[in-house]
Amino acid sequence: MTSTVTPPVRKTGSGADRGDGGARRRRLPRIPDRIRHGGLPYLLLLPAVLLELLVHIVPMVIGIVMSFRELTQFYINNWDKAPWRAFDNYKIVVDFDAPLGEALLHSFYVTCLFTVITVGLSWLFGMAAAIMLQENFRGRGLLRAVFLTPYALPVYAAVITWAFMFQRDNGIINHVLHDQLGLTDEPSFWLIGDNSFIALVVVAVWKSWPFAFLMLMAGLQNIPRELYEAASIDGAGVWQQIRKITLPSLRPVNQVLVLVLFLWTFNDFNTPYVLFGDSAPEAANLISIHIYQSSFVTWNFGTGSAMSVLLLLFLLLVTAVYLVATSRGRKGSGAV
Amino acid sequence: MPSKALAGKARSPLAPPASFLWTRRIILAFLTAFALLPVYVMVSSSLKPLEDVTGKFQWIPSEITIRPYFDIWDTVPLAHYFVNSLIVAGAATVLSVTIAVFSAYAVSRYRFRGKRVFTVTVLSTQMFPGILFLLPLFLIFVKIGNSTGVALYGSRGGLILTYLTFSLPFSIWMLIGYFDSIPRDLDEAAMVDGCGPFGALFRVVVPAAIPGIVAVSVYAFMTAWGEVLFASVMTNDETRTLAVGLQGYATQNDVYWNQIMAASLVVSVPVVAGFLLLQRYLVAGLTAGAVK
Repeated sequence: MTSTVTPPVRKTGSGADRGDGGARRRRLPRIPDRIRHGGLPYLLLLPAVLLELLVHIVPMVIGIVMSFRELTQFYINNWDKAPWRAFDNYKIVVDFDAPLGEALLHSFYVTCLFTVITVGLSWLFGMAAAIMLQENFRGRGLLRAVFLTPYALPVYAAVITWAFMFQRDNGIINHVLHDQLGLTDEPSFWLIGDNSFIALVVVAVWKSWPFAFLMLMAGLQNIPRELYEAASIDGAGVWQQIRKITLPSLRPVNQVLVLVLFLWTFNDFNTPYVLFGDSAPEAANLISIHIYQSSFVTWNFGTGSAMSVLLLLFLLLVTAVYLVATSRGRKGSGAV
Repeated sequence: MPSKALAGKARSPLAPPASFLWTRRIILAFLTAFALLPVYVMVSSSLKPLEDVTGKFQWIPSEITIRPYFDIWDTVPLAHYFVNSLIVAGAATVLSVTIAVFSAYAVSRYRFRGKRVFTVTVLSTQMFPGILFLLPLFLIFVKIGNSTGVALYGSRGGLILTYLTFSLPFSIWMLIGYFDSIPRDLDEAAMVDGCGPFGALFRVVVPAAIPGIVAVSVYAFMTAWGEVLFASVMTNDETRTLAVGLQGYATQNDVYWNQIMAASLVVSVPVVAGFLLLQRYLVAGLTAGAVK
């Protein structure tokens, strides 16, 4: 593989550092203030702002309003006429003794467990792959392409293949585990019952570890080789170098990566939906599927919206806590 | 923070010890098998007759046939879904990247009031779950359809619009990072030489940011091509995309697994090929945009 030339990344905060040093200023006359500070930036932003309003802000406001209304199938066509119910929807979905609330609590628990395991394994696999491919050796470019293939495959095509692999009677998983290795007494069901959680995790990890690999590989490019050279002259072995140089240098990348993986995994809809259809088994009933079901299968948009708002608040809280916790000691880089 | 080329000739001065080499071989073999197992199943099963894929799995097909590749077009209107996906994913990509170029340029090069509000809003909408926007957008589309007769619900235009919920913030975010990595002196010099701000954007910044723009486009297209949630709610028989259309191979009586695998392969080849060709841009873009 030939190398790509990437312009050097300059660390810019949120654009606060306009001054690039006096020397350049003197050489180039300044851009007139009328262009710098006039209405032009707003003009440039206009299309994006309009679309943001259209696809994000307005829907979010409507979603919040809807969560206070009794929005069943009778009111879908005229949702502005749906009766106002204040916090009733919220009371229903957080009443953990009632069936609906209990199901929500269960799917929240399943989603958290699923997210922790999936993010952890994806990070581990991605990290291992990135470190193992850091050195140049024959076949490295090919392996990189191989590792990125799960990431490039369209979700539904890949996950439907996994669904085929997990079939009880004609799938490859049972063929290997039961017929060839004899590990199970009987062919297992993978897409119903408790095993479905394992199946879901396997597919989700398969799908997301290449992204971790991609990000960490990019991060490894930025570690100066001199650090390794100095360390090996001082007698540090490969493993020590990984522990003392690679891992600490990757901290900023890891902080972004773990947050992104967390949000994607927590919100994942595609994987369980293609794997199980619109009614996932209880053991693998992720929260996004749960909301989808209550909205588009049982047609109760009011409780669906209430659950969405609660999910949003939870994600905001976790993200805020995470950002505060990880940015402590790091100055200035507030960018996610 | 200079981002070096992806395939930089990195060499450790000391040869790694044997224990490391063996660990590396084992780990790489495991990850290769894990990554490629579904690909093998997809390819081999797509070449089997129906009796073989409904019976016990066989590593080596007992009989190889390319019939599934002809049948997939008749069992479901795959070509039609293909065109729908192409239009929707293509339009969403072009629209979001074009608009993102302008706003990223403004954010990267100008100082103005409300900049922080804008970037924070864009950043935060990116992390919200799709399901959060799905319900209200569905209701809005139904409402617009009822009161004006404009059928957004079920239309390609409506689906394109919903795809902007994820492709627009991502494109803006990535391009801001990429534009920031292009020295300001370049476009300031162009402006001094008589270019207007738009001249500077199109003659200097955009050409210099081509790798970033390619990366963002590839990513936006891939995400839209693989999207399931919006597609399954917001489409009808006429506007189905591949994501929903593939379910058509499972009928009440039979599941045509060989055809599903063949169709999956056919819809995957264009994006996987495009991705592997352009992956170096994607890595470069990710480095500039995200790993700061």
